[in-house]
Amino acid sequence: MRDILRLIVVLTCICIASAIALAKVYDLTKGPIAHQKRLEVLRAIKAVLPPYDNEPDRDMVKLAMGVDKKGEEIQGVFYRGRKEGRLNGVAFKVNSPEGYGGTIEVMVGLLPDGTVHGMEVLSHLETPGLGAKIREAKFKDRFKKRSLSNTKWAVKKDAGDIDGITGATISSRAVIKAIRGGLEFYGDHEEAIAGSGQ
Amino acid sequence: MTLTREFSKGLWRENPIFRLVLGICPTLAVTTAAINGIGMGLATTFVLVCSNVVISLLRNFIPARVRIPSFIVVIASFVTIVDLVMAGFFFELHKTLGLFIPLIVVNCIILGRAEAFASKHPLVESIADGFGMGFGFTLSLLVLGSIREVLGNGTIFDVPAFGPGYFPFLVMILPPGAFITLGFLLALMNRLAAQRST
Repeated sequence: MRDILRLIVVLTCICIASAIALAKVYDLTKGPIAHQKRLEVLRAIKAVLPPYDNEPDRDMVKLAMGVDKKGEEIQGVFYRGRKEGRLNGVAFKVNSPEGYGGTIEVMVGLLPDGTVHGMEVLSHLETPGLGAKIREAKFKDRFKKRSLSNTKWAVKKDAGDIDGITGATISSRAVIKAIRGGLEFYGDHEEAIAGSGQ
Repeated sequence: MTLTREFSKGLWRENPIFRLVLGICPTLAVTTAAINGIGMGLATTFVLVCSNVVISLLRNFIPARVRIPSFIVVIASFVTIVDLVMAGFFFELHKTLGLFIPLIVVNCIILGRAEAFASKHPLVESIADGFGMGFGFTLSLLVLGSIREVLGNGTIFDVPAFGPGYFPFLVMILPPGAFITLGFLLALMNRLAAQRST
């Protein structure tokens, strides 16, 4: 009996000590982690929007972008870049689960008229050396100045206007599809995204 | 004298990767680049030294029957601390190593040293053992990572190692490359060890 009691007391003491230590560390790192996450979003926004002088991650709208497999609402966050108070670009994340290795997540930046200004791959699981080339500037630049009206959004192989990556057609298709989806959503909700708070 | 022995055994005689072949899962997965190897190695070394310290100090206090759960609580706490600190201060590295940081908990080297060494030896020896094993692990990961990065990506620490004409040997940074490299290194180590003993 006394033996069991000792086991319980010792294990409990160790767990309590560990809980206290973890709470302390969590508290100390909470700030820096939040800061790093914010910097990461800002870096991506900066890469895809024309120069702005506001804080796009504080000037944003959230809209429902459909439902996921579990029936839960997907929230799209639209970051608005402004120069001297005038809206000059909107950035938002789109993704496609149809990559070769898994979901590809992309940040797209649009000018207010709906043409692409830039795109940045945030995360992907494509093959290094093949599909992973979607991160290279050479591929990213192929989307500049394209809009729904001036481009057929498909790879050349599928009779579209955009050059895919040699040997990585599936990855190229997935990125194109994700961005096209984003453009369509923007076209349908332009008023709500770009219109309010101007 | 014994201290240097406890330290140096991890580097060569009982090197966790090449001699004991422990902790192979993270080893194979993260060594796609030299810097990942160092990051993973140092994170593991930190956890190893800290858990050795705590377990060595508590070795007369923890009853034998609850020693494994106690060790796991101690190790898991330090892993969580490493995870949070890296997320806050080494964001990029944390992103690349991703899931493998929390998985340090199940790295058999750490529980192995706690059970086989720290729970039976005084503090200073346990620290030496932790550092030795940790550096042995880090060095092994660095060697694996460097070989794979040079051959598979043509760079070392992100600096191009060859001229622009080098066509990377892609398979080396894919999973099969990990097994191939480890196999050759193990063969080499066995050869060297065999020569020494004769």
